[in-house]
Amino acid sequence: MALDSKVPKGPIKDKWTNYKNKIDLVNPANKRNIDVIVVGTGLAGGSAAATLAELGYNVKAFCFQDSPRRAHSIAAQGGINAAKNYQGDGDSTYRLFYDTVKGGDYRSREANVYRLAEVSANIIDQCVAQGVPFAREYGGLLDNRSFGGVLVSRTFYAAGQTGQQLLLGAYSAMNRQIGRGKIKMYNRHEMLDVVKVDGKARGIITRNLITGEIERHSAHAVVLGTGGYGNVFFLSTNAMGSNVTAAWKAHKRGAYFANPCYTQIHPTCIPVSGDHQSKLTLMSESLRNDGRIWVPKHMKDVEAIKAGTLKPKDLAEEDRDYYLERRYPAFGNLVPRDVASRAAKERCDAGFGVNATGEAVFLDFASAIQRYGKEQAHVKGLNENDAALVTKLGQEVVKNKYGNLFQMYEKIVDQDPYNTPMMIYPAVHYTMGGIWVDYNLMTTVPGLYCIGEANFSDHGANRLGASALMQGLADGYFVLPYTIGDYLSNDIRTGPISTESKEFEEAEKEVREKLNFFVTNEGKHSVDYFHKRLGKIMWNKVGMSRNVQGLTEAISEIKALREQFWKEVKVPGTNEEYNEELAKAGRVADFLELGELFAKDALNREESCGGHFREDSVELDGEQKGEALRDDENFAYVAAWEYKGEPSDAVLHKEQLEFNDIELKQRSYK
Amino acid sequence: MMNLTLKIWRQKNASDKGSMVDYKVSDISPDMSFLEMLDVLNEQLINNNEEPVAFDHDCREGICGMCSLYINGEAHGPDRGVTTCQLHMRMFKDGDTITIEPFRATAFPVVKDLIVDRSSFDRIQHAGGFISVNTSGNTIDANAIPVNKHDADKAFEAATCIGCGACVASCKNSSAMLFVGAKVSQFALLPQGKVEATDRVLNMVKQMDEEGFGNCTNTGACEVECPKGISLENIARMNREYLAASLKG
Repeated sequence: MALDSKVPKGPIKDKWTNYKNKIDLVNPANKRNIDVIVVGTGLAGGSAAATLAELGYNVKAFCFQDSPRRAHSIAAQGGINAAKNYQGDGDSTYRLFYDTVKGGDYRSREANVYRLAEVSANIIDQCVAQGVPFAREYGGLLDNRSFGGVLVSRTFYAAGQTGQQLLLGAYSAMNRQIGRGKIKMYNRHEMLDVVKVDGKARGIITRNLITGEIERHSAHAVVLGTGGYGNVFFLSTNAMGSNVTAAWKAHKRGAYFANPCYTQIHPTCIPVSGDHQSKLTLMSESLRNDGRIWVPKHMKDVEAIKAGTLKPKDLAEEDRDYYLERRYPAFGNLVPRDVASRAAKERCDAGFGVNATGEAVFLDFASAIQRYGKEQAHVKGLNENDAALVTKLGQEVVKNKYGNLFQMYEKIVDQDPYNTPMMIYPAVHYTMGGIWVDYNLMTTVPGLYCIGEANFSDHGANRLGASALMQGLADGYFVLPYTIGDYLSNDIRTGPISTESKEFEEAEKEVREKLNFFVTNEGKHSVDYFHKRLGKIMWNKVGMSRNVQGLTEAISEIKALREQFWKEVKVPGTNEEYNEELAKAGRVADFLELGELFAKDALNREESCGGHFREDSVELDGEQKGEALRDDENFAYVAAWEYKGEPSDAVLHKEQLEFNDIELKQRSYK
Repeated sequence: MMNLTLKIWRQKNASDKGSMVDYKVSDISPDMSFLEMLDVLNEQLINNNEEPVAFDHDCREGICGMCSLYINGEAHGPDRGVTTCQLHMRMFKDGDTITIEPFRATAFPVVKDLIVDRSSFDRIQHAGGFISVNTSGNTIDANAIPVNKHDADKAFEAATCIGCGACVASCKNSSAMLFVGAKVSQFALLPQGKVEATDRVLNMVKQMDEEGFGNCTNTGACEVECPKGISLENIARMNREYLAASLKG
């Protein structure tokens, strides 16, 4: 099948408006006869479910957690971008569009990104109307902050809990519709397959996680807002339950999977402390506004710090290597995430890592504390030369800005970041790749839609900070509810979809067989045993830096591990009860397939772009020597993979990316 | 490294009677989180062909509100201002015996082992935890109504509730007033929420009572055990809102 992005004709700034004027609508009386399934209740799924119900559709919403409010969007810290230009600093729809395409290293679809920038301002209006308590200035108006890779202040925030506040906003909109009976909510339900009837998505099979009951649910369209697949690495900043299963089942039913190798490895996370580690914790990008990143210049100091004979704060300035400031004088500590992560890895690989595992660098607030302290002393007319006083005043300022993050760090690491630099290291955080969708956010399966992090569309090869929340809500509140009407307008006479068809029966049977296999298999290793091993392969060979040999090895190692998994996995208990190991087994089975496709995609893309860094594609000389080298001539396309059985058999389809409104350039942060 | 004795509530399902069972774990690192210690126990149980202990957890960074253990008689354990997933083993010492139970309340029936059903919290939110505005995007500009920073900050503090239920588990009356008060306060403090404040507080309180939560007798245990430090002020504000609404009604 040839890929048709269905991008409307006309100038980029008019596309969305003209398109909305022309698409087919469903009248309110007919909407009452149409059912829509929404899987996932994060920012994308939650906002879509609420809006679709408000429009009049009958919505069935599903989440695996015990309440829709617990979806992992809740953990987003820093903020949400919107081209409001409240600060009058030159922001505009075009600039947000431009920054997003450039930040994504020119691997996203222009028309989708422009639309995202266009609806961004409305998100803020909407959320304020819903009672989202954004940070405000003393005059009562909304406050903004800056994020990496941009030159304006367009990020709205609610302290370090912006994701929580936005998700609770979407949750409240859902609650209103649940109360009215327009959304039927299924908590603790996991989607285990998509059901296609006559080539169209017409329902899903779910497992009730409490009782183990397998259920059939039908609808006229199915929407997946099921998040990213970062947990293929085992360790990531994702929640424990975050998984690829819904997206992967959709892929197996015909939805192409796009750019699986585009993964964001976030530079500032708390380092791994040992083999017991179950997940990693992010320290917001906003910390790089005031924190300076360094490692010692000399190996003897690295060793002394590791041995505990030298305190990091006692190391003289001239013996420190502020490597981001050294390599990127223009952007310094605020280079984009992909660049900062690779630079940390480069220093640690060279042996300069500062903790026992050798995988940590310092994020130091000492100079910010001094700077703020002196400023405060000056403002208050106190002695600017009183070191103790200046430090105390400075620490208060830093506490006001980042208090919750510092507290989180102290609880985990048991060190006081006000007095000794934080230790940080990159960790898997977000996946830009995902299910391929057209301009309508429909996948290659008619009637199956994909929104939020689960799709591939807006962030190219690298996402800018504070843009994930923007995309989730844009898709759910403002894009999908329009575009889905165009499809559903053909279904007004269809009537209810029966779950008694052979398609539902077959899908249910397959699901049951797999579950039965797991609970009866006489294996010898737990699910986590396999998940951890998969994670190690992914991190070591398909992680921050990739090469042909490593990727080739990863592909065969993952395949072997998958075969071993199907022989030796051990799942206690039965299907007919709450059984977390059984739920995990199904998820890890899918990760073991996705992981191989991921490596295959990385091997195919013989260029470096955004989060995908190939050691064989770097600038060889000049000012940019050693930096990532894109290959626009051969790789300015979306790699959309079609399922054909084994991941190794997947067939590549290319959507050529056209750049009419932005000139392709080398990203330079020097 | 520590060796510990765990006394854990095991209950097969909602209708099972349930009982405390003893387990031993060894070589526990002080850097582990409490849930990572339970991961070690579960791995051990699976390898011994025993059934792992079921407990709720998801984000493991203190924000989703899913984890819900009652540890040594305290919701989320002995540390302050943290959820169970943020509690670290350095709070315990070698040789300790640790008692682990589910959050107990009539309105939170046990599902299995340490997992409880908190859907009563959702139903209270369905009754009124929202502002009746459509999500069509045709609202007024976000800066059209200035909001006093003090009120906005107070609304935010109330809104940081994660809905874990520690307040209910800590209260001798199993009262949910801190949880409900936080939501009522968030909206009552904002101009956008004032419009339907009367109905909201009446409906939410009615649903809270129907769910079987107890009343507040001002002991303040909820505030002490709340991992997010939600203030008792919110209960007082809800009571004022409720009284005003009842007089209007």
